[in-house]
Amino acid sequence: MTRKTKSNIEVAFIYLFFVLMAIIIAYPLIWTVGISLNPGTNMYSSQMIPENWSFEHYKWLFTSPDSDYLIWYKNSLVVAVTNSVVSVFLTALIAYAFSRYQFVGRRYGLYAFLLLQMFPALMGMVALYILLNLVGLLDSLYGLVLIYIGGQIPFNAWLVKGYFDTIPRELDEAARIDGAGHFKVFFQIMLPLAKPILAVVALFNFMAPFMDFLLPRIVLSSPEKYTLALGLFNFINQQFSTNFTRFAAGAILIAVPIAVVFLFLQRYLISGLTSGATKG
Amino acid sequence: MNKNERKKTQQHNPTLAIVLSILFAGLGQSYNRRFIKGTILIIVEAAFLITMYDFINIGLWGIVTLGTIPRVDHSIILLIQGIIAVLVLAFAIGLYIFNIIDAKRDAEKLRDGEKIPTLMDSMKNTYDKGFPYMLVIPGLFMLVFVVILPLLFMVSLAFTDYNLYNSPPRNLLNWVGFENFTKLLESGIWKDTFFSVFTWTIVWTVVATTLQIALGLLLALLVNDKRIKFKRTIRTVLILPWAVPAFVSILIFSALFNSEFGAINRDILGPIGLAVPWMSDPFWAKMALILIQTWLGFPFVFALFTGVLQSIPGDMYEAADIDGASRFQKFKNITFPFVLFATAPLLIMQYAGNFNNFNIIYLFNEGGPAVRGQNAGGTDILISWVYKLTFDTNNYNMAAAITIIMGVIVSAFAFYQFRKTASFKEEGNL
Repeated sequence: MTRKTKSNIEVAFIYLFFVLMAIIIAYPLIWTVGISLNPGTNMYSSQMIPENWSFEHYKWLFTSPDSDYLIWYKNSLVVAVTNSVVSVFLTALIAYAFSRYQFVGRRYGLYAFLLLQMFPALMGMVALYILLNLVGLLDSLYGLVLIYIGGQIPFNAWLVKGYFDTIPRELDEAARIDGAGHFKVFFQIMLPLAKPILAVVALFNFMAPFMDFLLPRIVLSSPEKYTLALGLFNFINQQFSTNFTRFAAGAILIAVPIAVVFLFLQRYLISGLTSGATKG
Repeated sequence: MNKNERKKTQQHNPTLAIVLSILFAGLGQSYNRRFIKGTILIIVEAAFLITMYDFINIGLWGIVTLGTIPRVDHSIILLIQGIIAVLVLAFAIGLYIFNIIDAKRDAEKLRDGEKIPTLMDSMKNTYDKGFPYMLVIPGLFMLVFVVILPLLFMVSLAFTDYNLYNSPPRNLLNWVGFENFTKLLESGIWKDTFFSVFTWTIVWTVVATTLQIALGLLLALLVNDKRIKFKRTIRTVLILPWAVPAFVSILIFSALFNSEFGAINRDILGPIGLAVPWMSDPFWAKMALILIQTWLGFPFVFALFTGVLQSIPGDMYEAADIDGASRFQKFKNITFPFVLFATAPLLIMQYAGNFNNFNIIYLFNEGGPAVRGQNAGGTDILISWVYKLTFDTNNYNMAAAITIIMGVIVSAFAFYQFRKTASFKEEGNL
């Protein structure tokens, strides 16, 4: 066997492996699309490739008076937009301080961020529940947003600080010499240069409320305040087999836009993560 | 400066400034003839004492006693107020110490004959020095209330007797020391459950994470091969599982693995005469979970490694080629160390993430199936067990004790992280 044929066989096997992976990856996703097109809600008779497919579940989500899907979509959007805007601003301020200033507690602050980002919010959920109850923000979207904003700080401040560190200090020193104040440097030099990482932070804070069901589950109790993830989860939490077709339809409508945006932006995330975590 | 005045400043006594500042914040500053600063500090301390004294007093009383009259004193609210009081007090003491140091520093400067800065100068100075604090304070405030306070609260719950049968406002809570921990490690059903859940958590963390890293690495190496075409398309497909929201994919898998109507048993294993009890047998449920987590987790590692692989300098391989190194040798001595070194902190995060991976365990089959002789399900890991203890059976004290044990383990991950992360080595020189 010549070296060339050996190499060709190898390449063929590699492609075969990729095809196998593609099938494993795609199967659950295509199956879900198939299920969502099945008429009726009986899982026992539904098939991956339905014989007489229909959009009835999608229609039901949007038009049925029993369906709160649009309200949930609106709630999720409100939470997502607020979370995204406030988080980016707060996080950028903190990261700016940690990247460019010396102050008491700076080093321990950085340690604390690294430590805290490993503690999931879940660990303090009893306290969050009681605290929100004390201040009257239980079962309210504001309460949910507040927790999201506070909880994201350790991870994102770390990420953005890492990016700020890569912006040459000469730039802001030059601006200082020209008489720019602290805020001017922040708004006119740091923020514009850090756009890519800020976009990533904004995006991920925007997406989080669409994907998280646990915190909403603890905080929200009335169906008209549900976010999408929680609403969909409750669809099948009550009667798994009978509502799965509807769940599939609703899930696809969330997953497709998120996946598309994600595929476009994931390389920024990767570069942000590697520069933030390994080079600092 | 005339002689008289010089003499006066030389007699200026830093110790007196310190003593005055300890007596009441701002007095030392006034003695240093920094009257505006002094007045502001005096007002701040007076205001703090007037407004917060009662709150802190009650808070400290509450956190020590947890209330004395059932139905009137609510132990949980007292506990939270107590923690807030402690935090406020710690902050105030910090400021107070700062005030003393500041008085000492100014007094020394004055004694050494430095001029007192003008009002404008000192205002500008304060603004410059205080600016980073201004930036941090809003975020810090949020962080304290949303992350730190709840964690402290959980920690304190672990030392109380708060559960379904002993809950406020009907009953008062008591501090019980390490009783919950001894119960967890020594008494019957708790001990059995704890050890079986703990072992599974460790196995789960190690096996699932290592598998997803191994698969990610393998795929990254294969796609990076020079002979492979359509790299972009292949990468996009391989990243798909990461792009779909995890809760959606887990619920889909939960349906796929369902023993009654799931496609895996019906369409794939059915034709070859197999029916695996994925949901009802703990062993198979664990297998399914590991497979699903590998599916969910490898794309992140893959994307990460792909980025790193492209940054390995090509001349390292050329040198290895000249020395006649085999492909395996090149992988072992160049690629693997390079990739691992560049991504170690992020990989550790993956282990920590799976250790706390509540979503997959809970969404797949709520930690089930039930197991005889223990109060957690067969696939429950520590965090999902904590969730159940909290929200299903209201065993708050035990849940909190387990949370503390988890916290200790997570801190071990974090400690490793501190030592590995390059940025901290750089920070060390600052």
